[in-house]
Amino acid sequence: MNSLAKVHDTDTPLNVAASDHAGGDLRSASAGIKSVPQRAIRQRLSELNVLESEAIHIMREVAAGCSNPALLFSGGKDSIVLLRLAEKAFRPGKFPFPLLHIDTGHNFPEVIAFRDYRAAQLGERLIVRSVEDSIAQGRAVEQPGQGRNALQSVTLLDSIAELELDACIGGARRDEEKARAKERIFSFRDSFGQWDPKNQRPELWDLYNTRVQAGENIRVFPISNWTELDVWQYIARERLEVPSIYFSHARDVIRKPGGLLPVSALVQPRPGEKVENVHVRFRTVGDMTCTCPVESVATTLEEIIVETGATRITERGATRMDDQTSEASMELRKKEGYF
Amino acid sequence: MNATGNNTGSEHELLRFAAAGSVDDGKSTLIGRLLYDSKSIFEDQLSVLDRTSKKRGQDTMDLSLLTDGLLAEREQGITIDVAYRYFATPRRKFIIADTPGHEQYTRNMVTGASTADLAIILIDARKGMLTQSRRHAYLAHLLGVPHLLVAVNKMDLVDFSQSVFERIQSEFATFAQGLGIKDVRYVPISALHGDMVVTRGDRLGWYHGATLLETLETVDVAGLVEHDALRFPVQLVARPDPATGRERRGYLGRIESGFVQVGDAVTVLPSGVSSRVARIFTFDGDLQHAGAPLSITLELEDEIDVSRGDMIVQTVVDAACGAAPSVTQSIAAKVCWMHTRPLDRRRHYLLKHTTRTVKASFSEIEYRVDVNSTENVTGVDTLAMNDIAHVRLRLYEPLACDNYTLNRATGSFIVIDPSNNATVAAGMIADA
Ligand SMILES: Nc1nc2c(ncn2[C@@H]2O[C@H](COP(=O)(O)OP(=O)(O)O)[C@@H](O)[C@H]2O)c(=O)[nH]1
Repeated sequence: MNSLAKVHDTDTPLNVAASDHAGGDLRSASAGIKSVPQRAIRQRLSELNVLESEAIHIMREVAAGCSNPALLFSGGKDSIVLLRLAEKAFRPGKFPFPLLHIDTGHNFPEVIAFRDYRAAQLGERLIVRSVEDSIAQGRAVEQPGQGRNALQSVTLLDSIAELELDACIGGARRDEEKARAKERIFSFRDSFGQWDPKNQRPELWDLYNTRVQAGENIRVFPISNWTELDVWQYIARERLEVPSIYFSHARDVIRKPGGLLPVSALVQPRPGEKVENVHVRFRTVGDMTCTCPVESVATTLEEIIVETGATRITERGATRMDDQTSEASMELRKKEGYF
Repeated sequence: MNATGNNTGSEHELLRFAAAGSVDDGKSTLIGRLLYDSKSIFEDQLSVLDRTSKKRGQDTMDLSLLTDGLLAEREQGITIDVAYRYFATPRRKFIIADTPGHEQYTRNMVTGASTADLAIILIDARKGMLTQSRRHAYLAHLLGVPHLLVAVNKMDLVDFSQSVFERIQSEFATFAQGLGIKDVRYVPISALHGDMVVTRGDRLGWYHGATLLETLETVDVAGLVEHDALRFPVQLVARPDPATGRERRGYLGRIESGFVQVGDAVTVLPSGVSSRVARIFTFDGDLQHAGAPLSITLELEDEIDVSRGDMIVQTVVDAACGAAPSVTQSIAAKVCWMHTRPLDRRRHYLLKHTTRTVKASFSEIEYRVDVNSTENVTGVDTLAMNDIAHVRLRLYEPLACDNYTLNRATGSFIVIDPSNNATVAAGMIADA
């Protein structure tokens, strides 16, 4: 290592402010010094910049390696982050894939409105397929008392077949749930859409195997290595808009052992159940009939970040009644083709 | 995820580490301990843990249950596949590749180590260094993991004895030296009780080094790249579109190593055609210069033929520019076979290296490495799952590559079986 390298090695990490986060602020000392070997001039990027660059790289590998991908966009925070990453990967060009939403018919209206607004704002094509149609066609059977998160698998698999998709980019993260911790970034599904956890393709370095045969597909998770906190920090740094229900608001809820169940057209109190008006925010925005908000007074991204940093309950544990049913419920659903 | 809520800034560095140990050395307990003591375990996880522990008749909470992932693993009580876990302290964010220790799972350790900046090797203080410890160290070294941290666990069961620790340390050091491993650190711990993991405890007073977590928080991550010449594999090419402000073709990719600035003379490999950098585009604005590991879009001054799989490097005018990659159709490499279907040398495979995929065949197996003795076995003509071997590959098109020891990104490849698209092997270029 020469002396220049030493200077750079001891530099403090780059300061990442919302206005200059491009990450290109390398020490100007190195500019113009042509004859000095450019050794050890590795930027000390903050983890968000490293995660961002990794995700951009993944999206570009999908675009290059898959013939007909789609990006799953629900209007939720994780897929909002995916859209920003796609902008970073492909602008000024168009996205090399459409956006796809599997609408359960149980979505929060604010989120659906946001979904349409954001897709239009980006000028990208949004395809919506609905679980209601699958139910009407008899492809999916609704079970009383169960949410529709699981039924999404049927509609998703049908859409993959209909649109002949060979890859779906999704916003799942490994920190969400035990079964996901073992899932690859490029997660291979057979022609029935099934995930076989014991027979996954090894994934080394950043060398992704994107090859599939006709009828098979890959689920791709560019933000696998992000945590809930990373997502909120990124949203704040990028000044991204999110649906209003992520912020604290007063809402009628029923207090259940598994969480606060929001009252809506689909969920009404049973006799004897008490409706309370509580200040809450949502941490995830899935099926309205089983997605519970948490009590919160956070009205800004900064306050959400503080609460997330201090939170003591996992995102799914706090908010998804259907994941609590059994310890292994997510793994079982994933095997059947769920995200 | 710190309960004090003071890690809300986004300026953390990231450290990726792999954890390896033989069954029952306490790896799950250690990882559980790190997550627990750094307050990364949540109440709902704790209550599941508590319930499961009780169901199994244990009276204290078993931290190791926290990391049992899949149903099959819980049934068999062993870890089968690599799991990734996350925690953060006010100083750093960590990604743990939790790799199973069993010999059968060599490929999983290889996978976990491929992206690791550091590997923790657990040794049970009562058992001392085992064959497995040697294998783990060998694999970490083979995969170019820059730092090794030997954690001598269960110190509580050897009365926190300094001499036990020092004996293991010196035995390991001799072995590591033999392999040429440079950076090894040692720490005595009790994963179960927490001594010297996050807090020092008061029973290892004779040990004056860093706690396990302090090492993770301070070990150097920035100095990992020994090779700093520009390596920019092209992922995609974007056509000019003046309506959007793009006057020239754009080359999308990630800087794998080194540094690039506007005006730099660059060469496209394997063609060898040269040009200059006209523009470094990002969504957040143009840059004058950029370094690894940023994802950018490069524009060149001249209209030359560049496509996915090409690599843009600095034009070498003198030794000061750093070495150019080799452009070759024959490479020597260490490979780890990862599939149940063994290598068939009569067949062609696909080799994916950076963003380039080429047809390849295994022209020679020079020797297989016995991962337990680290000795070479010659006269081998096939490779089975978990085998590691030194081979020679013939490529149907040239690759621009570096030796793995100099550059992990441009020295690594995977092998794909075109008949079923399975990833069958991982390789590290030994001589390009
Ligand atoms: N006394 C003692 N027992 C330990 C320690 N660490 C782990 N154990 C026990 O060793 C056994 C195996 O630990 P586990 O973490 O499951 O090992 P793994 O197979 O390496 O994941 C469990 O019964 C642990 O409670 C330690 O530091 N001291």
